[in-house]
Amino acid sequence: MNEDRESRFEIVAREDYSDVTFMLEVQHQLMARAAKPGQFVVVMSHEHGERVPLTIADFDSKKGTVTLVIQAVGKTTREMQQTCRIGTALYAVAGPVGHPSLIGDAKKVVCVGGGLGVAPIFPQARAFKENGAYVIGVLGFRTEKLVFWEKKFRSVCDELILCTDDGSIGIKGLVTDGIKLAIANHPDIDEVVAIGPPVMMKASAETTRPHGIRTMVSLNPIMVDGTGMCGGCRVKVNDQVKFACVDGPDFDGHKVDFADLMTRLRRFADEEKTALERWSQTCRMKGLAEP
Amino acid sequence: MAGKKTIRTIPQERTPVSEQPPMERIRNFAEVNCGYTENEALREAQRCLQCADPVCIAGCPVAIDIPRFIEKIGERNYRGAYEVIAKTNLLPAVCGRVCPQETQCEGVCTVADTLEPVAIGRLERFIGDRAIAEGWTTAPYIEPNGYRIAIVGSGPAGVACAADMAKAGCEVTVFEAFHRPGGVLRYGIPDFRLPNEVIDAEIDNLRKLGAKFECNTIVGRLFTVEQLIEELGFHAVFIGTGAGYPAMLGIPGDSLNNVLSANELLTRCNLMRAKQFPNFDTPMPLGKRVVVVGAGNTAMDAMRVCLRLGAEKVHCIYRRSRAEAPARAEEIQHAEEEGIEFHWLTNPIEILDDGKGNVRGMRCIRMELGEPDESGRRRPVPVPGSEFEFETDQVVFAIGTNANPIIGQTSKLKLNKKGYIETDETLATSMAGVFAGGDIVTGAATVIEAMGAGRTAAQNMKTYLGIRDANLSYDGDKDTLFGINLRERNFVRLRVR
Repeated sequence: MNEDRESRFEIVAREDYSDVTFMLEVQHQLMARAAKPGQFVVVMSHEHGERVPLTIADFDSKKGTVTLVIQAVGKTTREMQQTCRIGTALYAVAGPVGHPSLIGDAKKVVCVGGGLGVAPIFPQARAFKENGAYVIGVLGFRTEKLVFWEKKFRSVCDELILCTDDGSIGIKGLVTDGIKLAIANHPDIDEVVAIGPPVMMKASAETTRPHGIRTMVSLNPIMVDGTGMCGGCRVKVNDQVKFACVDGPDFDGHKVDFADLMTRLRRFADEEKTALERWSQTCRMKGLAEP
Repeated sequence: MAGKKTIRTIPQERTPVSEQPPMERIRNFAEVNCGYTENEALREAQRCLQCADPVCIAGCPVAIDIPRFIEKIGERNYRGAYEVIAKTNLLPAVCGRVCPQETQCEGVCTVADTLEPVAIGRLERFIGDRAIAEGWTTAPYIEPNGYRIAIVGSGPAGVACAADMAKAGCEVTVFEAFHRPGGVLRYGIPDFRLPNEVIDAEIDNLRKLGAKFECNTIVGRLFTVEQLIEELGFHAVFIGTGAGYPAMLGIPGDSLNNVLSANELLTRCNLMRAKQFPNFDTPMPLGKRVVVVGAGNTAMDAMRVCLRLGAEKVHCIYRRSRAEAPARAEEIQHAEEEGIEFHWLTNPIEILDDGKGNVRGMRCIRMELGEPDESGRRRPVPVPGSEFEFETDQVVFAIGTNANPIIGQTSKLKLNKKGYIETDETLATSMAGVFAGGDIVTGAATVIEAMGAGRTAAQNMKTYLGIRDANLSYDGDKDTLFGINLRERNFVRLRVR
């Protein structure tokens, strides 16, 4: 079966933004050429791994690389944090999947990123900028130390509002406070795009709802194949069942049933805990064994 | 041949095949059906009447010369038998296991007029397994003809088409979205019915014919069908992406946790090895009382997988009666033996919430059969006032699939109303040089029907490309290869390595 492994997806760059957030740049010529803002890839880090959907945070068709920004929160992502080094390779990378984000003719947009959504909002902000829109970036971090890609965002945003929990940089508050600020300063915002944890996307959608501003969110339900085959990623939008992988991942935030999404994200809570505990234990044991 | 066989002279009883005992096998994923031994195969081979006008061949979607291969088994010429099968079927070890023989070759077998039909499927599997064990292959040296063919999807339709095109001398690349090839054979059919090693062996045969596999490649997204021809230099394309977009129940509660499609359950368990969690990372949480809705082969597989994963009780709910159940007879019988409880003429109307987003139970209604519908089966209609509640903590729906939308979303190929790819009778699509077949054209069907479609497409693809000798065949007995005299040099030049 050696030919199945001939496709090696080499990691050519890595950068750590905090103790949990890290960036991998993966060599994949075709993917770099095909990727569009809003799309994601399905990654398996090794042969026994699970298939994890990761939003494409950046792509460079000249270098032939795609960039993934990962938060080490569960077993797979923590393991990747340990094992994925420059020169190593991912076992499988499939994609780019999902409909590309619709970069319409909005004249003024707010691109909101929080937590794991900071990186994936970047290609959308850039695409809007390239399309001639006035782009306001709103990024949420816990504290100044965790801020990354600020320069990158400043290069594509006309305004950048940083929001931190402790006020160590930018405004003190959540991304919703940033959105409110943007709306207060700009009565003519055409569109808001928000990517991040479901609770953040929900709050963002609620913030814009009274103003009637079109708000797109990128949903991240649990998936297996990412090609429309398993139905695990089904979400309720406007009371209709949609598959995030082939019908999304972008949906109108005012129509998404976030309560349903959050319940479904807890589907494997017990198994995730088991896997993580077991893995941490093996790591500790290995740590002891090594001199 | 000594004396003509008649229905009176052949062994009257169909040779039984040994199986793992039900109570033992529900605790493992090893194969249920152990296959014929040599003696059993020889005995069963005697039951074939060698009809002058064999109807079984017409009953086979890929027209295997059934009497001929059985005759060769009788002569203990197993290699010869393999070569007869391999002429039209690349995957005997797979088809012997998963074909619904009772509605195909065995369904029309002349012996079945009086006795039980010849166990053609088991004999085919016997030969297929032997070929794998002995490492037989019919791969000759094939002179390349310079044509490059892209096959989209490595399921049964794709591999059948790939095999024929490779044999014709084309350079074949098979694109697969998953990390391992095989399509539904890999993700859908569980190990106890089709072991992974069998798939590996059959895929390797295809590699020996020169076909290349490129996994992790989602055609439509990584590059489009149009790009395959316009930019990547392929002369023709076959699309066999299957129909894997699972249908939902569409009843209240169907988005609760622990409600999932059979596709998800089987993919987690088969392809992702969730049964070995946490040694493999993909989880498959399981309820104690599982309900599977539907009674096709996928439903049977899902139920039997749940049992083996450790469910205490597995129920099957189906709105029609047993007679209308689409599963292979053997699968239903195996499921019954293993203790699956069947609730025929029962339809779910609501899945009940435990208040935390999980399944607590299901509300069902009894059905009765009314007038036949467009499928010819009697339409089930609800019995008023017969609603009842049923305790369950996991619901799996195996109620069919719809067309996968990716190719449709990303190409200009003409689709029909339901989203399947439209083709003419030659399986040509609306785009020149692009053919399609299998479930993505017909909707969910069987492995062998998909293989039949792959072969039909291959034949027409050769005509489209202008490749002569569209009906190549290999006959190990004669001085010919693929029907071509070895001394003759043809358009497609062949020689034995």
